[in-house]
Amino acid sequence: MAASRTEAPEALRAEALSKVYGTRRALQGVSFIAAPGELLAVIGPNGAGKTTLLQILAGALSPTTGTVSLDRGAVGWVPQQPAVYSKLSVRENLRLFARLEKVPDVDATVDRMLEQADVSDRAADAVGTLSDGNRQRVNIAVGLLGDPAVLLLDEPSSSLDPRQRERLWEFVSALAREGGTTVVFSTHNVAEAERYADRLLVLADGELVFAGTPAGLERATGEHDAIDFEGAFVRFLRARGH
Amino acid sequence: MRWLLVKDLQILRRSPLLVALLVVYPLVVALLVGAALSSGPSKPTVAFANLVPPDEAKINVGGRQLDATSYASELFDAVEPIRVDTREQAIAKVRSGEALGALVIPPDVIERLQATLALGGGDPPRVEVYYGAENPLKRRYVKATIAATLADANKALSDEIFKEAARYLNLIVVGGSLSLPVVGDVEILGLRNAQRIIDAAIVGLPRDSSARIALRQVSRFARLAADNLDVSKPILASIGSPVAVREKAIEGSSASLDVFGVEIAVVISLMFLTVLLAAGMLALEREEHAFGRLVRGLVSRTGVLLEKIGLAGLCAWPLAAAMLAVLVAFLDLGWSRTPVWLLALLFAAFAFAALGVAIGGLAREVRAASLLAFMLILPIAALALVPSGAVDSTLYDVMRIVSGAFPFKPALNALDAALSGGELLGPLAHLTGLTAGFALLARLALRRFA
Repeated sequence: MAASRTEAPEALRAEALSKVYGTRRALQGVSFIAAPGELLAVIGPNGAGKTTLLQILAGALSPTTGTVSLDRGAVGWVPQQPAVYSKLSVRENLRLFARLEKVPDVDATVDRMLEQADVSDRAADAVGTLSDGNRQRVNIAVGLLGDPAVLLLDEPSSSLDPRQRERLWEFVSALAREGGTTVVFSTHNVAEAERYADRLLVLADGELVFAGTPAGLERATGEHDAIDFEGAFVRFLRARGH
Repeated sequence: MRWLLVKDLQILRRSPLLVALLVVYPLVVALLVGAALSSGPSKPTVAFANLVPPDEAKINVGGRQLDATSYASELFDAVEPIRVDTREQAIAKVRSGEALGALVIPPDVIERLQATLALGGGDPPRVEVYYGAENPLKRRYVKATIAATLADANKALSDEIFKEAARYLNLIVVGGSLSLPVVGDVEILGLRNAQRIIDAAIVGLPRDSSARIALRQVSRFARLAADNLDVSKPILASIGSPVAVREKAIEGSSASLDVFGVEIAVVISLMFLTVLLAAGMLALEREEHAFGRLVRGLVSRTGVLLEKIGLAGLCAWPLAAAMLAVLVAFLDLGWSRTPVWLLALLFAAFAFAALGVAIGGLAREVRAASLLAFMLILPIAALALVPSGAVDSTLYDVMRIVSGAFPFKPALNALDAALSGGELLGPLAHLTGLTAGFALLARLALRRFA
């Protein structure tokens, strides 16, 4: 079992990551591995260190200690707020970031992303005129421009209504299942994480308190077949002093 | 970096109202400031009551009649008079705000002046001045204007008196005809003639005559008196104007007031446009949440800064150059120094842009950056325009140091040198140093920007 685990391909390896801001420890000794095509959810209460972890993985933030093993060029970063220019059209935004990413064929890549994100019909519209859902799709499309092996999504569904959320997860799931992209996403929505993620990383006060499958978390809470997974999650954290 | 520049130009093209505001606002401010500085102050309105009866307005100086009220015309070169008939009307004009001050010439002023000139004793002549207390600045201005004008009138009167005194002295020294009232024309012998007559009389006396000694003393006295009275004429003249003025500019601008106004207008326009553009466009990267994405390997933080400095500088520079070109043509300053002032404007544009990115980096939001830019650059421009001598010397030194820490003053110096042919290297080096300093400050601010 142990031998098969070491031989499994790794898309991402984080080892003993810590981040300290002054006297506050935002992250403490977090280690995990993500496999290609895996959907990994990072969950936890506010201030748990989810965004800090994703920023470190993305290279937007340096860890105080610890290492991240992955090809930086192969990481797509999708911050929580759509990081696109509202005065530019969808196509202009994609073209700009494609050029900055130095992708070989800018126009072909942009066309592919428009189609993949299902925003071809809004390509000429200014991003500022789009709905939150479509803006988030453009935000993700920008993160995918470099055809990354690992996609990092920071609370991608937080500003979306249920229908938009459903469409977003269909899109993201397809990236992992069909494209083999490793997706690491953070979310407040525990039920969403349970539904779409292959594995969960539970952070509380900067510590990794659980790493495993949603079923494993259910078992850890001691509430098998729990209807209220979120309630069980909260009890799980309380039981560990968070 | 090139694609970031293209992106920013696209964003500006999609924001016509913002661009129009960025161009029109500084233009209007600059033209108003330039016009105000180059036109100088307007004449203050002063109520003027001359209570001297018209037939008593003449004074007698050595038998010559001078019209004392004609000296009031000196005043009207400096003020806009409202002529009234009584003291009460003059004061009422001040109270109502119609006039900033009032000047009243009392009816006995000629009588007193005449008594003073005749060495008759008594109080010297006085004129009455009333000021409105509505605004201390206006009051001081009117007071200074009237005081300066009265000093001019006094000087003109004393010149006339000196001329008469000099004529008398000449008469005493060399002799001549003097016209006296009632008596008529009287021939005055004069000291020189008296000396000649005495010398001739001495020659005709016997050698042993005792009168010779006495007459020689009288002759010597006449010669000495004539010589010394001749010398007293320039001394008398120096009493009227004891200090002569020789003007020579040894430092600073030799530009005319018009050219100085143009320089200020252009530099203010350039400053507003460049600082606001650089600050706003950098802060926009953060507001759009794109900064974090950009600096995650796509563009370096320094690259983003250089792009914003380049964008703001290269957008504002042609506009300022076009504005200056129009004003150069309007004032007929000639085109021979065009490359030099284009260079000065370019250095100034980059220095202002560096200041702008520092503000944008520190403020981090577009609205906060714009507000901070306004709050900072307006007083900086005002401080840089305070002339030496207008405030306490220590305060002026502090103001000079503060002005030197920002690009407005060196930009003004550079443009002045470029237009008037002064020393340009110093201001350009100053601007280069400020560009580097503010860019460094902005780079430090970007460490906590995302």
